[in-house]
Amino acid sequence: MAPFIRLTALTKRFDEVVAVDNLSLDIEKGELFCLLGASGCGKSTLLRMLAGFEQPSAGRIEIDGQNMAGVAPADRPVNIMFQNYALFPHMSVAGNIGYGLRRAGMRGAALGERIDALLKLVRLSGYGGRKPHQLSGGQRQRVALARALARQPKLLLLDEPLAALDKKLREDTQFELVDIQEKLDTTFMVVTHDQEEAMTLAGRIGIMDQGQLVQVDTPRTLYESPKNVFVADFLGMISFVEGRVTKCTKTGLVIDSQPPITAALDQQRGLASQLQAGDKITLAIRPEKINLSATAKGAVNEIPIVVEDLAYLGVASNYRVKTAQGQMFKLQQQQNRRADKPPEWGDAGFIQFDPADVIVLS
Amino acid sequence: MTMMGYKCMQQGGSVLYRLTGATGRRLVAAVPLVWLLVFFLLPLLETLQVSFTTAQRSVPPYAPLWGFDETGFFTNFTLDNYALLAAYWQDYIGPAGNSIKLAFFSTLVCLLFAYPMAWWIARSTAKWRVVLLVMVMLPFWTSSLLRIYALIGLLNPNGFINSLLIWLGLIDAPLRMMQTDFSIYMGMVLTYLPLMILPLYAVMVRLDDDVIEVATDLGASSVAVWWTVILPLTLPGVIAGSLLVFIPAVGEFVIPALLGGPDQLMMGKVLWTEFFRNRDWPVAAAIAMLLLAILTVPIIYARYQDGREDHASDPQAGTP
Amino acid sequence: MTGRISLPVMCLGILGFGILYVPMAVMIVFSFNAGKLVSVWSGFSAKWYASLLTNEQLLNAFGLSLFIAFWAATIATFFGMLIAIAFVRFGDFRGRLALSGLSSAPLVMPEVVTGLSLLLLFIGMESVLGWPAGRGVDTIIIAHATFGMCFAAVVIQARLRDFDQAIEEAAYDLGARQPFVFFSVTLPVILPAVIAAWLLAFTLSFDDLVIASFVSGPGSSTLPILVFSKVRLGVTPEINALASVMISIVTVSVIMAAYVMRRRLGKTG
Repeated sequence: MAPFIRLTALTKRFDEVVAVDNLSLDIEKGELFCLLGASGCGKSTLLRMLAGFEQPSAGRIEIDGQNMAGVAPADRPVNIMFQNYALFPHMSVAGNIGYGLRRAGMRGAALGERIDALLKLVRLSGYGGRKPHQLSGGQRQRVALARALARQPKLLLLDEPLAALDKKLREDTQFELVDIQEKLDTTFMVVTHDQEEAMTLAGRIGIMDQGQLVQVDTPRTLYESPKNVFVADFLGMISFVEGRVTKCTKTGLVIDSQPPITAALDQQRGLASQLQAGDKITLAIRPEKINLSATAKGAVNEIPIVVEDLAYLGVASNYRVKTAQGQMFKLQQQQNRRADKPPEWGDAGFIQFDPADVIVLS
Repeated sequence: MTMMGYKCMQQGGSVLYRLTGATGRRLVAAVPLVWLLVFFLLPLLETLQVSFTTAQRSVPPYAPLWGFDETGFFTNFTLDNYALLAAYWQDYIGPAGNSIKLAFFSTLVCLLFAYPMAWWIARSTAKWRVVLLVMVMLPFWTSSLLRIYALIGLLNPNGFINSLLIWLGLIDAPLRMMQTDFSIYMGMVLTYLPLMILPLYAVMVRLDDDVIEVATDLGASSVAVWWTVILPLTLPGVIAGSLLVFIPAVGEFVIPALLGGPDQLMMGKVLWTEFFRNRDWPVAAAIAMLLLAILTVPIIYARYQDGREDHASDPQAGTP
Repeated sequence: MTGRISLPVMCLGILGFGILYVPMAVMIVFSFNAGKLVSVWSGFSAKWYASLLTNEQLLNAFGLSLFIAFWAATIATFFGMLIAIAFVRFGDFRGRLALSGLSSAPLVMPEVVTGLSLLLLFIGMESVLGWPAGRGVDTIIIAHATFGMCFAAVVIQARLRDFDQAIEEAAYDLGARQPFVFFSVTLPVILPAVIAAWLLAFTLSFDDLVIASFVSGPGSSTLPILVFSKVRLGVTPEINALASVMISIVTVSVIMAAYVMRRRLGKTG
């Protein structure tokens, strides 16, 4: 069976600029997919092509087996929720939610019932008579969601759904959004530049850069096993070490950085056959995987360092440490006990990390 | 200097500053207020007075409304001027009705052209927008008298349009365009079109593109989008522009004087004739009062709309 | 926001611009006509411009109108600025309602009413106070300044509202005192609006026919009064030339102003 949504070799050019470049993607029914990328990466253009506001220069969009070429926005089984919500300021909440239903010819009691059901879904029962300017930011967001869901779209597009909310509200809202999505089993596609938003909402994330999908995977895979430097750097903090391979076996490799670093290849066995001594390679280590200690412990990857910089966050502290050769590492230390006396600025010490935690980037 | 002394100085200075500041502030508001009382409100009251006196051969050509002479207090109060307006209603009230009719349809014609023009400008690229706005503003900065004069050259029986049409062989005898309702409407559009376009443009350029796209996305046809979303959201501009055109159009003098004939009599021209030709100042004053009475409703409505605009523009309103 | 424009919108738009521009364009072309008519081309000639330059009556009226417009605009801008400051900065002061009513009513007052009532006032004042003795340049300036200040106030208010008061507070914080803050910080920032207000008041005064007709005296015929009396008598080709000159001046200045504004915007943005 063909996937629910299939994008094939989709391309969009504006004059000389290629906004979306030969992009292919499959999304399953009921999935909460998230498109993550910096501004200008082409994600908004992709969204607008799905909604029907832009026509692809090449390639095709299929939704539930139906080719979308030439189908007007009004006739697509796709609805969109804009970043600023774009509520109709001159209509009440009920007027906003019922707008699409009235366009479809629904009137009278059926319309009222449907609006009430939607208000209940987004926990705004009794707010139908209010005007958008009488609502809080979170309530407006929920009205926009109800309005977009009213026509029971096969695909709901959400453009930065949480960006306009303040931090506290975002946390509540993101779980609520996931709840509603699971309840309705509608396919959601969230577009965002905010990695936290993407990580918490999505089942799968597609990372986009320069009009192309760089990697599509679950949040965990993207974080723990990024495919390349771009993805590794884009998601969260990370330290990179470059060097040439000096020794490579089926289960691990060593590079000639100062001092040499050993990386395990347990999870990336395929790589072993492609690599040989002398190849240039980049290793990456997440900050929470690095341990900091005042004294040497005799571990495999143990490097003497000096603390360059530290930021106390309460839960943990972020460090920037430097080796004698000038290599920088970012690391994070948990504050497990109140009495902990972590290393201070200028202190000398050692860092250790498990070869299994070293990410090998090709 | 001790810290204490310094503090005292500072406080003394700020009290002094506050005192002069308060007087200064009072002056800033009071000076223009007094000017407008003397040169705007007082004249209107004077006109009201004159509208209740009788005309006489003197300088000035009307009797004082009240005063003191050897017999003591006297008054010349009379309602004759208003009675005259009512008695010769076809000469006075008729033009008033005509003014309202011509101003109303002029407003509609202006709206017909201004709405698409403003839409076009608002939807242009930034570069084109500047060009088109300058093109709208340019006539606004040139004398309307001269532009109406230019229109006469076009509409005259031996003017440009007639000559062109005869030369093309489309007509045999010149069309009568001057001194008709048509020439009035042309003059009104020529004069007031920019006043209609600017408020419309102002609301249209603020119109959120996403709102239109959402309506399309929710299944509205382009007519439905216009009727349910664009028109309601641009209505404040339509009302503001219409008032900006209608109010001065009712009292317009130059257009009926130069482009209109006997059938296009308007209040402004009647007042002018009464004043300059017949030299009956009290009747002219009464006509002025009638004109003001007619315009009270739209003027008060315009103020009310302004107040609402201010209220609606607070950051709470609309989408963020 | 930009987007596609449908054909009917485009057609009506072009027609609208046509109504605004065709009469002026035809007049400018025929101002070089050797004949008197704005219809029959009888050869190129600049003779109407030559006779315009020797028409002392028109030139005097032109000079008088410039003089009146200059002073009316200057007074109007000053008072308009005071009104704008009072509205934007003073919050709820006593007389606010009166000032707001009095400064907005002249905007919508029919010119014939404003003209007639000011004339009646001047005559009344003359009989009571002995001033103004007769009517002339001074009464026209007062009349034009009165309605000009209301337009000026609107223009300056708009700018003053956008003004970030933190800039002024920064000046106070750095040790400046009130009059100095106004002249060194506030005025430069609102200067474009002040200039625009002055130009608007100038144009309104320079173009005004109706009010000036009421409050002018025998020796004070402004350019619009003279043009109106000539136009009533029929088509005068010299007016074609005069109008063409004035339209050209305005066109060049407006385009230059737009260009300067765009460059300034370009620099800051």
